[in-house]
Amino acid sequence: MVAFLKRYEGLWLFVHSPAAIIAAIVAMLIVSGAAFAPWIAQVNPYDLSSFSLFDGLLPPFWQEGANPQYLLGTDDQGRDMISSILYGVRLSLIIGLAALAIAAVLGVGLGLAAGYYGGRFDAIVMRIADVQLALPAILTALLIDGIARGILPASMQQDLRVAVLTVAIALSLWVNFARTARASTFVQMNKEYVQAAIMMGQRPSRVMFVHILPNILGPLLVIMTVDLASAILLEATLSFLGIGLPADSPSLGTLIRIGMQFLLSGEWWILWFPTLFLVALVVSINILGDFLRDVFNPRLR
Amino acid sequence: MVYFILKRLVQSVFVMLAVAFLAFSLFRFVGDPITQMTGVETSVADQERLREDLGLNDPFVFQFMRFTTDMLQGDFGFSYRTRQPVAEMIADRIPATLELGIVALLISLAVGVPAGVYTALRPKGFATQAILMTTLVGVSIPTFVIGIMLIFIFGVQLGWLPTFGRGGTVQIGGWESSLFTIEGWRALLLPAITLGVYQLTLTMRLVRAEMMEVMRSDYIRFAMARGVPMRKLHYRHALANTMVPVITIIGLQFGGVIAFSIVTESVFQWPGMGLLFLESIRFVDIPVMGVYLVVIAFFFVLVNLIVDLLYVAIDPRLRVKDV
Repeated sequence: MVAFLKRYEGLWLFVHSPAAIIAAIVAMLIVSGAAFAPWIAQVNPYDLSSFSLFDGLLPPFWQEGANPQYLLGTDDQGRDMISSILYGVRLSLIIGLAALAIAAVLGVGLGLAAGYYGGRFDAIVMRIADVQLALPAILTALLIDGIARGILPASMQQDLRVAVLTVAIALSLWVNFARTARASTFVQMNKEYVQAAIMMGQRPSRVMFVHILPNILGPLLVIMTVDLASAILLEATLSFLGIGLPADSPSLGTLIRIGMQFLLSGEWWILWFPTLFLVALVVSINILGDFLRDVFNPRLR
Repeated sequence: MVYFILKRLVQSVFVMLAVAFLAFSLFRFVGDPITQMTGVETSVADQERLREDLGLNDPFVFQFMRFTTDMLQGDFGFSYRTRQPVAEMIADRIPATLELGIVALLISLAVGVPAGVYTALRPKGFATQAILMTTLVGVSIPTFVIGIMLIFIFGVQLGWLPTFGRGGTVQIGGWESSLFTIEGWRALLLPAITLGVYQLTLTMRLVRAEMMEVMRSDYIRFAMARGVPMRKLHYRHALANTMVPVITIIGLQFGGVIAFSIVTESVFQWPGMGLLFLESIRFVDIPVMGVYLVVIAFFFVLVNLIVDLLYVAIDPRLRVKDV
């Protein structure tokens, strides 16, 4: 067992880092809860017939007047909080992961090409990246959302909300991938195996994706974890601002915005449980990201 | 030196032109300005005449040039939603956002720099470990959650501070300020802290890293050996040398502070530019969106220019060399 772990250095470091283990467990629990939400949750928050107003505003189980059927209480519509949160996390994760995938494909593709071809193409991509870096991600995402509202016809607005949000987040995150991929590609370009592949007359796309890409995956993986946390935060922030998802398909941010209305009354659970889940998810992803950075950067050990 | 500043000025003009172009494209291509300005009862012929009068049929480059000259003369057009001049709408909101941003920045400096110095000088102390742990969690908590927490603790539970609006304001010239009344300060405190937390952790980590780097250098060791008093050594010799990177980052982050004030202003219903921007997005009020973008970029460019000038004040080497 020990010998096996030592062969895979990352695993060895992992079992010796209590923070990373706890973070991984928390992240796993939340993610699997969200993934299996339709089977675990007792109420479907999108289905009005599955809950009733009579169960509204019930407190969590340890407080007086609670119904033990609803462990974390219910909101004003009588929705079970756990169910709402699981579906909310599900939506947040779907949007976050989709945005991340788009950003990664776009960013890594452009970064690889910029590093491979250099010259004018590289200059153009990097100038665009510079301009975008000057604008904070939240501003970029808000702008793209605003533009989409202006361009799309009103009838399609509601149906395309999730897609617009995903694209807005993706377009504000691609820069990190592009810069990292480009820098790493530059380093690889001088290595003999790449030069040999080019000499042998292999197509540029093959050199980029078959030879260079596998060798620059490490740093990209770190960016991916950190950006997943950013994507989830960005989605939550946009939905909280009321720009993201509407109240009938609540993500975590929307749930928190709804919960804000109960800040002054006694129903604290409607606000704080979604908040707790969001913070736990983001903190654990960030801790895992920090851990991965240490694994791929032996100098810091 | 003069060459350096001139070069920076030219660069800034290009950045502003690029942003103005973006804002112009927003105006021109997102939705049709004519349908936004006219009602359903306007006849097609009238619409076409308006289009011709406004010069929307002119070549693209001419339109952009006219747009830029108008902007330089302070004419920012009219809002689709309120029909008021955008320049007035934004000007009304600028003081609120600037005061919020600057106070947030001052808070982050007043706490971040001493905390950074302390954690660098006592890297093994208990307080250091506690501070570092807190900042790690602090970075992961989204701004709006921090805002909600502060409202909950100080506004709802303790009832010490107001949780929305600007409190009492005083008119000074055209500037509506909340810095001169106690009510104003009480209303400003929570939003400013919310906005400052992220900057604070950033400043602290940066000061700490730079400080640790400097403390290892030869000239500090030599000063130590010479018997320079520790206090003077830490603050005169070491801290002064960490200031250049710190100021750079703070300058670069100021754009972030203004942008993140969108979130803070929304949580605290703070009547600044960010809240106006959010409303304009919700109502697809393109002129306001475009002008907001230009104003933000202008602040960003301005702050970066000031930072460049500050270098010269802080680092005497730059005054001699012609870089």
